[in-house]
Amino acid sequence: MSALSSLTAAAAQTQVPVVAPTEADGAFSLLWLIIVLPLAGAAILLLGGRRTDAWGHLLGTATILGSFVISTVLFVQLLGRDAEDRQIYQHLYTWFEAGRLDVGMDLLYDPLSALFLLLITGVGSLIHIYSIGYMAHDPRRRRFFAYLNLFVAAMLMLVLAENYVGLFLGWEGVGLASYLLIGFWQHKPSAAAAAKKAFVINRVGDMGMGLAIFLLFVTFGSTSFTVISHLAPGAAETTMNWIGVLLLIGACGKSAQVPLQAWLLDAMEGPTPVSALIHAATMVTAGVYLITRSNFVFELAPTAQTAVVVVATVTLLWGAIIGCAKDDIKKALAGSTMSQIGYMMLGAGLGVAGYAFAIFHLLTHGFFKANMFLGAGSVMHAMDDDVDMRHYGALNKMLPVTFLTFAMGYLAIIGFPGFSGFWSKDKIIETALVESPIVGICALIGAGITGFYMTRLMLMTFFTKKRWADEVHPHESPAVMTFPLIVLAALSVLGGILLAGNWIVDWLSPVVGHAEHHEPPLPVIVITLITVGVVAIGVAAAWFLVGRREVPREAPTDVSFVTRAARADLYGDAINEGLVVNPGRHTVAALTSADEHVVDGAFSGGATTVSGVGVGLRRLQTGYVRSYALSIFAGAALLVLTIVVVNL
Amino acid sequence: MEFIKPTLEYAELSPLLIVFGTACLGILLEAFLPRGVRRVPQITLAIVGLTAALIATVVVGLGLDTTTDDAGRTGRGLVGAEGSIVVDGPTVYLWGLLLVFAIGGALLFAERRLEGGVSSFTPMAAAAPGSDTEREASTRGLEHTEIYPLLVFAAGGMLLFPASGDLLTMFVALEVLSLPLYLLCGLARRRRLLSQEAAMKYFLLGAFASGFFLYGAALVYGYAGTMSFTGINEAVHAGTESRGLLLAGIALLAVGLLFKVGAVPFQAWTPDVYQGAPTAVTAFMAAGTKIAAFGALARLLYVAFDGERWSWQPVLWVIAILSMILGAVLAIPQTDVKRMLAYSSVAHSGFILTGILGAQSIGMLAEGQYSSLTGVLFYLTAYGFSMVGAFAIVTLVRDAGGEAGAFNHWAGLGKRSPLVAGAFAFFLLSMAGIPLTAGFIGKWAVFTSAMSAGAWPVVLVAIGSSIVAIFFYVRYVRLMFFHEPAADEQAAVAVPSLLTSGTVVVCLVATVALGVVPGPVLDLVVGAGDFIR
Repeated sequence: MSALSSLTAAAAQTQVPVVAPTEADGAFSLLWLIIVLPLAGAAILLLGGRRTDAWGHLLGTATILGSFVISTVLFVQLLGRDAEDRQIYQHLYTWFEAGRLDVGMDLLYDPLSALFLLLITGVGSLIHIYSIGYMAHDPRRRRFFAYLNLFVAAMLMLVLAENYVGLFLGWEGVGLASYLLIGFWQHKPSAAAAAKKAFVINRVGDMGMGLAIFLLFVTFGSTSFTVISHLAPGAAETTMNWIGVLLLIGACGKSAQVPLQAWLLDAMEGPTPVSALIHAATMVTAGVYLITRSNFVFELAPTAQTAVVVVATVTLLWGAIIGCAKDDIKKALAGSTMSQIGYMMLGAGLGVAGYAFAIFHLLTHGFFKANMFLGAGSVMHAMDDDVDMRHYGALNKMLPVTFLTFAMGYLAIIGFPGFSGFWSKDKIIETALVESPIVGICALIGAGITGFYMTRLMLMTFFTKKRWADEVHPHESPAVMTFPLIVLAALSVLGGILLAGNWIVDWLSPVVGHAEHHEPPLPVIVITLITVGVVAIGVAAAWFLVGRREVPREAPTDVSFVTRAARADLYGDAINEGLVVNPGRHTVAALTSADEHVVDGAFSGGATTVSGVGVGLRRLQTGYVRSYALSIFAGAALLVLTIVVVNL
Repeated sequence: MEFIKPTLEYAELSPLLIVFGTACLGILLEAFLPRGVRRVPQITLAIVGLTAALIATVVVGLGLDTTTDDAGRTGRGLVGAEGSIVVDGPTVYLWGLLLVFAIGGALLFAERRLEGGVSSFTPMAAAAPGSDTEREASTRGLEHTEIYPLLVFAAGGMLLFPASGDLLTMFVALEVLSLPLYLLCGLARRRRLLSQEAAMKYFLLGAFASGFFLYGAALVYGYAGTMSFTGINEAVHAGTESRGLLLAGIALLAVGLLFKVGAVPFQAWTPDVYQGAPTAVTAFMAAGTKIAAFGALARLLYVAFDGERWSWQPVLWVIAILSMILGAVLAIPQTDVKRMLAYSSVAHSGFILTGILGAQSIGMLAEGQYSSLTGVLFYLTAYGFSMVGAFAIVTLVRDAGGEAGAFNHWAGLGKRSPLVAGAFAFFLLSMAGIPLTAGFIGKWAVFTSAMSAGAWPVVLVAIGSSIVAIFFYVRYVRLMFFHEPAADEQAAVAVPSLLTSGTVVVCLVATVALGVVPGPVLDLVVGAGDFIR
């Protein structure tokens, strides 16, 4: 960090704000504790074994609550500072150094990570509380909380790291936790397979991420955000584009963006709180965080930025279409998550104008999607863990709290005026229309489809006729589960407050920069009305196609090609199978045979030759001391002669 | 004629004095204590004495003064005892190392639980193997407690060897370290004939090699007119007519020392002696002799014959290459674990010689690179810990006939005793130079220093022979962990007392630590600096 003073001059002409943090003092020196608390929780629960069974879940929850309290205190402190003083840096220790590479265990606390801390620890606390009830009857509950704590610690590391290596540590940590939690019910083969699938697909993304970090280090000689953001303007555009594309590959893996999207739907095999926390509210948004955090790269990499926009647009439609055809309530929500992250990525891909809205949507989505996932969990709890919406129906009376809170989430996600999703999604569509009409229109269509599939889900679950069997007795969940639902529902409704007075845009501007205001092609109010109109069409279509008809208990098979495709996740698995898995299998088979015949042949041949020589030479070892003495004498004679003759 | 009283630097020489004093005291105990009660006092005396010497070494090491010689080279230490003993950084480091292994050796000597309450040394060395006298001595539970003073004497010789400042002292040290070892080799409790044969061979060949050394010393004296290394160095730099004397002298001196380290073509005794000697003796000897002899070789070549570097270097290239190749290739067909380790120690001699060939002067080194002496000292440290550890484990793996040396008997050991098999596997992997073990850092250090001296052909062979070596090391790992044992050929792990298990644990911890965090020891070795003249 000492080299930075000389860098500041070079950065004067950039339009992207550089990372120039000040040393942590006062309350900010507690920053490390935010990560260490849940980490300690995980360690105690995992190492303590059965002794901690009785109180493990309470400890797990308490550590997250502790982190939440610290996060809130720090946030308030940060609010009290001037805008330009809001980047704080804490050096814990030198992690490793080798040659030019010097990586510190450094933390960066700025407006962006502050929001993430609140989201992760806030929603994390609620989901921990919910899990106390949800996992009450699971014999491995302590382990579940340990993994959940591990996840939170890793996620906090991810958003607090001051360099890409620290970020990568968190990145891999959340990947590990996600793997452990998707496969938490490992006795189910489907869960084990889903965990493996998520892990493998994430490896592809992580490879991109790893290469990006290597390239950053080669280019800038550092992995620190501070250093890179200062030096970035001096780098070649091609290099920046490569770095950007590699980072995008990393983001695609973690955030389930096309073409690395296939794992997210299967990941719903994990317990529902996991789906809510990891696969909706926090981990899957890490890609958005990565791109926003790397704004100093992407602003200088126009091609990579375009790639982000394309990926985002494809994904937001892809996920929405899948969401329309799923009968499994969690998979429908997962499709929706994919689509909503597409919106966020779109916002991030739009550059300075969009970063703040991407993060804004990320926060509101974190509230309402966690809310709906937990709601879905509550429904499943009531329905004996049945996830098929075709077996639901008319649950609004049986589960009043779940229904009402879910409805708040529903209204938020479709963008019902006044609810949080309305504000955040509207802003992204508006910005997209300004930057590129085609992308904007796609986003608009996506909003319509969102209206359709969410209404379909709502109708099939809470309205229409009762379709559950008589032996099922739906009941409302206990208070420990409904309390988080109520809190999250309130946040889903009120999340829009963050945009009041353009607060979030101003708040984030020290990190992401401040965009020139471009006048949209149509007046803002017209765009808003059009959006609401398109959503209304989607809702109405759902009402006519689902709400007014009889919903069959078994999924009909004589359906259109589109439905079939959507049910098969738009053939995502088939594409992977054909393009990657099968060629990979063939390559491996070919390599194996080459290994057996060529490599092993050469190796065994070599080994046989060497041992043959050894056996032959062994005869020299006669065991007779006289022959040993002779060999010593001969050796000595040779030695003397060589030295003397050669040198004289 | 005027008589000048020689001055002795008692403080700096205290480790040597303590060790030799302990040995003499041990002889007195042997003479005056009754047979039945000697064991515990002897062990206590040996360990206390060696530990005291170790402490003294540390104290001496901390207090070494910086000196500057006539040529302007600075180093830490002093030339003491009228020029016959040099106490400098490398000496003190080697002393520390040797004393650690001497203590380890004493602990292994004292182990009694493995043979059911008696030590693994013969009850009566004078009795013919298989005779009634031997049986009687065995039933009476007799023991030779002389082994402890002998060990301490050998340790004293080892300490003196790399510290000697002239050829005569070096020769005396060579004999002081060798004679007790010849004796100790013949004292095995089991398979006594093999043991006595080993002792006999070692003695005969050792005496033979000492003859070469002595003749070399005479020739060099004829050339330089002095025995002291500093004097020889000056004579070499001055240059005189009769260079043939010098060259032949260097060659013959080298023969004596290369015999001690077991380099090809002077290695023939190694497998027989390593196999025949009691394993505790082998462990002590394998580590101690090699460390002391390499220290002495380095001092001789660097201090006395530095000016003739270009004469001796090519020959050492060849010897290093031969040792590495022959050691590795011959280790492969061995069916006895001790012989396998013996040949691997021959290969290690080649690796260490590679380090001796490395860049010596600071000017030849890139920044942050280690000098050859640093590499050699680190390698010796890593080698010593894994050798002592491996041989200590060999004492534990037993069948009905005592130690189970045969290759087949180790099959499936990993399933029966995962801890012991795992530790043994780790020592082997360290010897093979797998990353994250001490051996890897050691190899890396000697290879890089040899590279920077331009000895790339040697390094190339070294890497090739490391690969061949992996074959026979990993064969044992595979045998222990992936083979089902034959029903009648199972060796089991005997439960040792704290003496052996403590030694193994210390060696294991050191091997891991040197591999994972080599920094402190590397700093220590670098801090030891260079030989002073």
